[in-house]
Amino acid sequence: SCELQQCRALARRPYGSAASPDPSKGGILQYLCNRFYDVEYLVGWSETLRYRNLRRKNAYCGYIKGIYGDNAAAAYFVLSHRGRVRFQGQETWLCVDRRGNFSYDFVELQDVPVVAIDLAGSVLNYNGLDNLVKLTALKSLDLSRCPHVDDWTLTRLQVFKDSLEELSLAGCPQVTERGLACLHLLENLRRLDLSHLPSVPTPGLIRILVEEMLPRCEVVGLAPAAGAQTSRDGREEPGVPSGDRRAGEIPA
Amino acid sequence: MIRAGRLCRGLGLLRPRPLPDPAGGSAPPSRQLRTGHPQRRDLFSDLEKEVVKFRKKLRQSLPGSDWDPFGTTKGLPPERADVVIVGGGVMGWSVAYWLKALKPQKDALRVVVIEKDPTYSQASTVLSAGGIRQQFSLPENIQMSLYSAFFLRTINEHLGVVNEPPIDIQFNHSGYLFLASEDGAADLEENVRIQRNEGAEVSLLSPAQLKKKYPWINTDGVAVASYGLENEGWFDPWSLLNAFRRKAMSMGVSQCFGEVMSFTISSREIMTPEGELTFSRINYVRVQMPNSLEYQPVECSLVVNAAGPWSQKLAEMAGIGIGPPNTQEGIKLPVEPRKRYIFVWHCPDGPGLECPMLVDTTGAYFRREGIGGNYLGSLSPTEEEEPDIQDLEVDHNFFQEKVWPYLAHRVPVFESLKVKSAWAGYYDYNTFDQNAVLGPHPLVENMLFITGFSGHGLQQSPAAGKAVAELILDNKFSTIHLEKLSFNRFISGEQVLERNIV
Ligand SMILES: Cc1cc2nc3c(=O)[nH]c(=O)nc-3n(C[C@H](O)[C@H](O)[C@H](O)COP(=O)(O)OP(=O)(O)OC[C@H]3O[C@@H](n4cnc5c(N)ncnc54)[C@H](O)[C@@H]3O)c2cc1C
Repeated sequence: SCELQQCRALARRPYGSAASPDPSKGGILQYLCNRFYDVEYLVGWSETLRYRNLRRKNAYCGYIKGIYGDNAAAAYFVLSHRGRVRFQGQETWLCVDRRGNFSYDFVELQDVPVVAIDLAGSVLNYNGLDNLVKLTALKSLDLSRCPHVDDWTLTRLQVFKDSLEELSLAGCPQVTERGLACLHLLENLRRLDLSHLPSVPTPGLIRILVEEMLPRCEVVGLAPAAGAQTSRDGREEPGVPSGDRRAGEIPA
Repeated sequence: MIRAGRLCRGLGLLRPRPLPDPAGGSAPPSRQLRTGHPQRRDLFSDLEKEVVKFRKKLRQSLPGSDWDPFGTTKGLPPERADVVIVGGGVMGWSVAYWLKALKPQKDALRVVVIEKDPTYSQASTVLSAGGIRQQFSLPENIQMSLYSAFFLRTINEHLGVVNEPPIDIQFNHSGYLFLASEDGAADLEENVRIQRNEGAEVSLLSPAQLKKKYPWINTDGVAVASYGLENEGWFDPWSLLNAFRRKAMSMGVSQCFGEVMSFTISSREIMTPEGELTFSRINYVRVQMPNSLEYQPVECSLVVNAAGPWSQKLAEMAGIGIGPPNTQEGIKLPVEPRKRYIFVWHCPDGPGLECPMLVDTTGAYFRREGIGGNYLGSLSPTEEEEPDIQDLEVDHNFFQEKVWPYLAHRVPVFESLKVKSAWAGYYDYNTFDQNAVLGPHPLVENMLFITGFSGHGLQQSPAAGKAVAELILDNKFSTIHLEKLSFNRFISGEQVLERNIV
């Protein structure tokens, strides 16, 4: 409608409220508030921007994939999230330095499969897995303390069912037992770290159920014992690494 | 027990909001009637033409800027609305939400949702099993379910309301496991081919793989199985219904509790090559308020029939299906209430966390309910043994005699179980081809259907509501093309069958 066009034209002005062509309407904000259902609609935009930002950070690195292939694209994605990545046959992990810079050595390894990824504490979410799902040799994945890893994200891990042996979800605030149920598809899992999951209501029972569901897998964490898991004020301590082991080191 | 809990939780989320006052109006809606177009049996072009007309009429009858969302009369419906949605189940509220989401300008559309039962005691939405699957045979259904899964995954981006806690629909991620006997194997494999083609992640399992994966299954009589790897599971229907409602109301949709009893219709006979046809238009929706004998008329441009199992009754109020037999006016909306039971039982040694939504070769199904050794499931009765639909009483013998034997055969630990509770609800069952009916009626020009989902409406509601809103606003489908599901198929007699009905 023409009113809509008018509204859009107004919105394009850089200093709309000062230069409003119709001062009787009280500036562009007032105008917009009159036009839209609620101020909430405007406030809602900040949420939208947050979602958009998260989506951008988890976007698919299609450009790198196109030139160097899936492994390099995954490595680039992981390193740009300040994570670590290990290629097959390599002793050492590729990591970022303190400033977040990293070398592009992984480009030379582009034909070597990635076997281990450590994305602990990153903003990875469901969409970010687009960058990893092609890694058919991935044996170890550390997603501990990832605030945006939720149950839906877990459902996508089924693509690694033929290779994944080790998974850490320790300290993921959004993971619940409703998502853990789908891990039964990961039949090769040998070690699963579920410590400090604040959204799992009955850790003791869930631990038994997870162990039954994955009989060949060692489940770490989710202990019902109070002392081991909760700090003095009763809140769960986020992100305590489980033992001195690091993700990516597959027990012999 | 379960239901009472849900009810409390559900109503707790509802905040009262002022209802808009319709006082004062501008140009009255057009009474223009359609003239002399021959009714052709061409599904697509007819639908398109109908919708073009809707849109024109809608435009003509749009209100000016007299829409005042404040000064209100509590409880009464507005005197005038652009779109009246009859039925406040998940379909009705989904359409309402999408109308606002796709047209967020303040005065774009006045939408009112009319619901006869504020407690939702019989609505299918809250009596459903809450399942979502991709495993259908019709591409349209698979596309809708993929869209809905995407919607549910990002529900807070769509239905989140500022300053309210985030929505949690309690989604349980477990696939549907369909078992097929030798007779059904070819169909199942064909379905899986179609599903994969549409982008669904589904795997096929041999009986040996099945046994290895789920040692508690007895694979006798199973030739092949399919399992949905992603986007399948079950969730809390109340949470979804409330999320739609809360968001739609925050965007200006008004809610009215009252029962639509009749319509005021104007109609006109028109000669077509197929004979004389009666075209009509709903001008007023007449709503009976609770505890009152009075009817409140609501002047409207468009009526959305989202009355679920009662949608045939509502269509009849508009004259649909009450004409003489063998005429277009006599073709009913083939959607009937069919009573379906759900039983909840306890079995401490039953399948664990990996328990899928299992659909047996016999059609019996069950899933886990929570983590305390409870399960729920049922079976659809055969056509001959359809129970009476007068009330929602549960026939407990049905479980003992029909459901349990199948379950205990398939899952031997279920030989000993204890039934804890049960309820019944109505499927909005399409007797013609078990598929949804979406879009306008060819003769009653301003009634749009969104009904007939035959047992999977809950999961399709986000996609279906969007499709109908697109049809209303843009006069065409843009997200998913659902022309096939129009009412015209009942006239042409071409079935759009869904083979995978549970
Ligand atoms: C036992 C059972 C299990 C199911 N399981 C699943 C499942 O696992 N997955 C799935 O996706 N779907 C399932 N369904 C189907 C699903 O529940 C329905 O398809 C869906 O809820 C239909 O939604 P609706 O809004 O059209 O209908 P409803 O929720 O029934 O809403 C219609 C509303 O219209 C109101 N109404 C009717 N007539 C009038 C009138 N004249 N005036 C005012 N208001 C009126 C009614 O009061 C009602 O509230 C199941 C259904 C049943 C019964």
